[in-house]
Amino acid sequence: MVAEDLEMSLAASLAAMASLDAAGLEDVRLQWLGKAGILTGRLKALGAMTPEARKAEGAALNDCKERLNQALSARRAALDEEALAARLERERIDVTAPARPEPVGAIHPISRTLEEITAIFGAMGFTVKEGPDIEDDWHAFGALNIPGHHPARAMMDTFYLNASLGNRPALLRPHTSSVQVRTMLTQAPPIRIIVPGRTYRSDHDATHSPMFHQTEGLVIGRDITLGHLKGCLIDFLRMFFGNPALPVRFRASYFPFTEPSMEVDIGWNRKTGEIGKGGDWLEILGSGMVHPNVLANCGIDPREFQGFAFGVGIERITMLKHGIADLRLFYESDVRWLRHYGAAPLSPAMLHEGV
Amino acid sequence: MKFTLSWLKTWLETGASLGQITETLSAIGLEVEAVTDRGAALAAFVIAEVVEALPHPNADRLRACTVNAGGGHVSVVCGAPNARAGMRAVFAPPGAYIPGSGITLKTGEIRGVKSEGMLVSFRELGLGDEHDGIIELPNDAPIGTAYAAWAGLDDPVIEVSVTPNRGDALSVRGIARDLAAAGLGTLRGFAPPPITGEGAASVVWDNQFEAACPWVLGRSISGVKNGPSPEWLKTRLESVGLRPINALADITNFFTLDLGRPLHVFDASKITGNLLYLRAGQGESFMGLHGKPVTVGAEDCVIADAAGVQSLAGIMGGEATGTDDETTEVFIECALFDRVRIAQTGQRLGIFSDARQRFERGIDSQLLPAALDAATAMIMEVCGGRPSLVTKAGARPDWRRMARLRFDRIASFGGAEMSADDAVASLEMLGFTVQARDAQSVRVAVPSWRNDIAQPPALDQADVPNAAIAAAGAAEIEPEVDLLEEILRLRGLDAITPVSLPVEAAVASPAMTPKQARNGLARRVLAARGMLECVTFSFLDHNVSGLFGDAPESLRLANPIAADLDQMRPTPLATLALAAARNAARGLGDFGLFEVGPAYTGAAAQALVAAGLRVGGTALSAITAPRRYDVWDAKADALAVLAALGMPLEAVTTSLDAGAYYHPGQSGVLRQGPKTVLAAFGTLHPKLCARLDLPGGSVAFEIFLDAVAAPKRRGKAPLVLSPLQPIRRDFAFLVDKSVAAESLLRAARGAARQVISEVVLFDRYEGAGVPEGQVSLAIAVTLQPMEKSFSDAEIEGFSAKIVADVAKKTGGVLRG
Repeated sequence: MVAEDLEMSLAASLAAMASLDAAGLEDVRLQWLGKAGILTGRLKALGAMTPEARKAEGAALNDCKERLNQALSARRAALDEEALAARLERERIDVTAPARPEPVGAIHPISRTLEEITAIFGAMGFTVKEGPDIEDDWHAFGALNIPGHHPARAMMDTFYLNASLGNRPALLRPHTSSVQVRTMLTQAPPIRIIVPGRTYRSDHDATHSPMFHQTEGLVIGRDITLGHLKGCLIDFLRMFFGNPALPVRFRASYFPFTEPSMEVDIGWNRKTGEIGKGGDWLEILGSGMVHPNVLANCGIDPREFQGFAFGVGIERITMLKHGIADLRLFYESDVRWLRHYGAAPLSPAMLHEGV
Repeated sequence: MKFTLSWLKTWLETGASLGQITETLSAIGLEVEAVTDRGAALAAFVIAEVVEALPHPNADRLRACTVNAGGGHVSVVCGAPNARAGMRAVFAPPGAYIPGSGITLKTGEIRGVKSEGMLVSFRELGLGDEHDGIIELPNDAPIGTAYAAWAGLDDPVIEVSVTPNRGDALSVRGIARDLAAAGLGTLRGFAPPPITGEGAASVVWDNQFEAACPWVLGRSISGVKNGPSPEWLKTRLESVGLRPINALADITNFFTLDLGRPLHVFDASKITGNLLYLRAGQGESFMGLHGKPVTVGAEDCVIADAAGVQSLAGIMGGEATGTDDETTEVFIECALFDRVRIAQTGQRLGIFSDARQRFERGIDSQLLPAALDAATAMIMEVCGGRPSLVTKAGARPDWRRMARLRFDRIASFGGAEMSADDAVASLEMLGFTVQARDAQSVRVAVPSWRNDIAQPPALDQADVPNAAIAAAGAAEIEPEVDLLEEILRLRGLDAITPVSLPVEAAVASPAMTPKQARNGLARRVLAARGMLECVTFSFLDHNVSGLFGDAPESLRLANPIAADLDQMRPTPLATLALAAARNAARGLGDFGLFEVGPAYTGAAAQALVAAGLRVGGTALSAITAPRRYDVWDAKADALAVLAALGMPLEAVTTSLDAGAYYHPGQSGVLRQGPKTVLAAFGTLHPKLCARLDLPGGSVAFEIFLDAVAAPKRRGKAPLVLSPLQPIRRDFAFLVDKSVAAESLLRAARGAARQVISEVVLFDRYEGAGVPEGQVSLAIAVTLQPMEKSFSDAEIEGFSAKIVADVAKKTGGVLRG
């Protein structure tokens, strides 16, 4: 039989544990289970007992040991909990404060629009061509059926440089159509290209900038008709403005390098600026069937090949799409404007994500 | 080109509404720019009689009038000196808006006398400058009726923009013809009765410049009485914004607009001698009818008499021989001038006129005799007089242009469906005459007013093998396309069914080459690093250009739009720096700007550069102390782009020869091998910052995208992942301060290339404990065992090799 005194002092130790810290618990453990511990001593004494007595005493002592150990680990766990809770409280941070600042960059709206245009025309089988900003007057005018005395050449207020290129005056291209010429000279039809780039005209006011951007388009083949011109541009405009029902109108006009030539209007509301709504029309791009003289100037026989060309003003369609009012701020590089109208860096225009 | 609806209807018999007319004009290529209906703005104004005009009891200059505007007598206080009893005037009732003064009338009291309306002047109606008094109307003007309707002002004015190819549409009759052909009515004929005249003209042509003037007619009319034009003519000119001058001048202006046929009338009594010469200018000057002196040169065609130049042919008449109210003898000039010469003279002298505009776009070369007769008839009708016989020089030019249309081209070129009959009918309405027709095609003669159709070939061909065949093709196709354009525009381009472009494959090939696609990637990398993309001008002040290297004359603009935009930029960094300075001047600090755009080094040398610039430093924060941007930011920006473009960074070395606009001690050039310059980076030179008002310490980079080779499209080397832990060993070397850290890192890396996976510089120290002129560089070397762990002896061996190689290549000594 376990002595009642043992039971009593164990009960006292267990009861006292609730207020002990880790060191106190160790003392209790040593008091009972250390080399000179109470239970250690009693367990050693078992060897001298009769088998029956040893069995009964052993079971009782093991039960005491078990209870003691359980109480010790329960108390230790409770202490750990408290310690952790205290630490967590110490580590509290005011997370309502701003995070570590990271500067936010942006893609210029012109670049964004060029990406969108490339994505849409790319899906229609166009490839992107580029050419120099500084051109000679043959690539910019002569090849495009604009002779020197032509009133249309005066219309374009071209910048000239104090230089020449192969005996011809060097100028800043007033349109990217010069790359049409370069492409037709180097690539046999069929041709399907867009030419985004910088263009220059001597004009500076609220709606004109001496430098601006244009995307020229050129499609040459054996069976390309005016119906394709219309289909291609309607497909583009409806995708670009995200409106499958966008009204598009074609009006006869004149450009020296196309015949017939046409201006393209889209439906909008003059008062609210909403695209595709309201009964007003807004001129948005110029287009036409490539003039036979232009084809012939580039060595293409117009009896065999025909096609269409168009020119889109990048700033204009960007302003319309995003409701940007002032053209001049496109080039001002005011960081507030760039942050406001710029596009997110990591979302390039992709048709499957929607332009 | 401006005209009124009623003027149009003198040539076009139509029941179409104004809306239909303007819509059709825009659709067929005569874009309507404005429609103004002055009648609508003047609806409130009525004709009234001044019954009584008594002196105002309390004001010397005012009159107290009683006015009958058809609805009983009202009291009106009027300040006009010409207000008097019995006159007919224009009355504005209360509530009327006065366009000239911008006010809306109210009943009021002026110095004690009631005023229930206003008697108005032309200026108050917005009809002119006349404000000496109120409008005086003839005594038969009907009291109580609307003034605008009575004065013919309720006639809408239509303004169309005529494209440069359509000289024929710079006339009311030409516009009417187009509308008729578009199905909006019937064109009235033009067949003035021939006038023979009697006796020789008082002046005879002597044409010495036939290249400029192939054909000229003239006729004198004696005994004319000049003076104000009749009301209908004055109204017609005023309605399109022309100021009536006198009957003779007004008649020539009328024909310019009505038929697109500029004429000039000389006062024959002011002509010296009896010869009018058509000749080249000789550097002399004369006073033009526009009130400015004109100096003519050898390329300009003039009309001169024995006394000198009297007119710039086809562009501007001269004051000395102009008509006035005393004119009794006139000589009418009706000429055909060369389009190109007129355009060149006009451009050279900077003179714009209605005559020039028509001659340079091409007039009807066959209309001269009929137009001269029509003008003669009108002068005789308005001014009286006896016409002479016609004097002429040169000959009627041969006009025989033909064009052929194959009917299947309407579909195979125009994408349109139209019957051959409809196509031919459209052409006939425009004045084309059928010469031959079969089931497949029609051959038509081109009307003489359509200079833009079937023009003589004007190619400017490249030197290509196919040139002759292509030229023959153009000669054959061009006139046909001219005809196709006519029938397609008249029928309405909207009627053509849009067809999506057929695609060669359901999945399109990439639109960009890999090299083009990289530019977008460079943009996204820089923007993702917190920088803002800019688009700045390609040109700038040549003085600023010089700060960034060079400002060669070959990149100077001959006609800059502004003095500070006269030089093509040598690098986008130059215009970015100006942009950064503008932002800084607005008090906006702490930002990064970049641009991917062209740099110009010669008229035929353009490179694509990604340039960036950081100003200020990192943002304020309670968490991290803000720091200034420094050269390391610029270097990291440049390397990040190069890495994204596929450049293996271990192949990139840094040299110390960046441009002079960088800080000489805080800048570098990134190279691949000894020759290829990939990028430059650094702190901007303090002098540059001071000059451009850029905050000091701004850092920048330029990446020369064209120099970055396109990555080869090949599979990556197979990756072997070692299961064994890497080992790190640290070394500190004392080296001479001039030793480049890059060379030390390279030496360590190369000491045991197979096992060293990484070498990192983690400390750079000079000062106490380090000898003067030396620096301590501490590196961490990572050794990666692949098959079995390294033994201590092996590790010792690698370490010894590293120390030895660093010593050999840099003179560095392991720090004790």
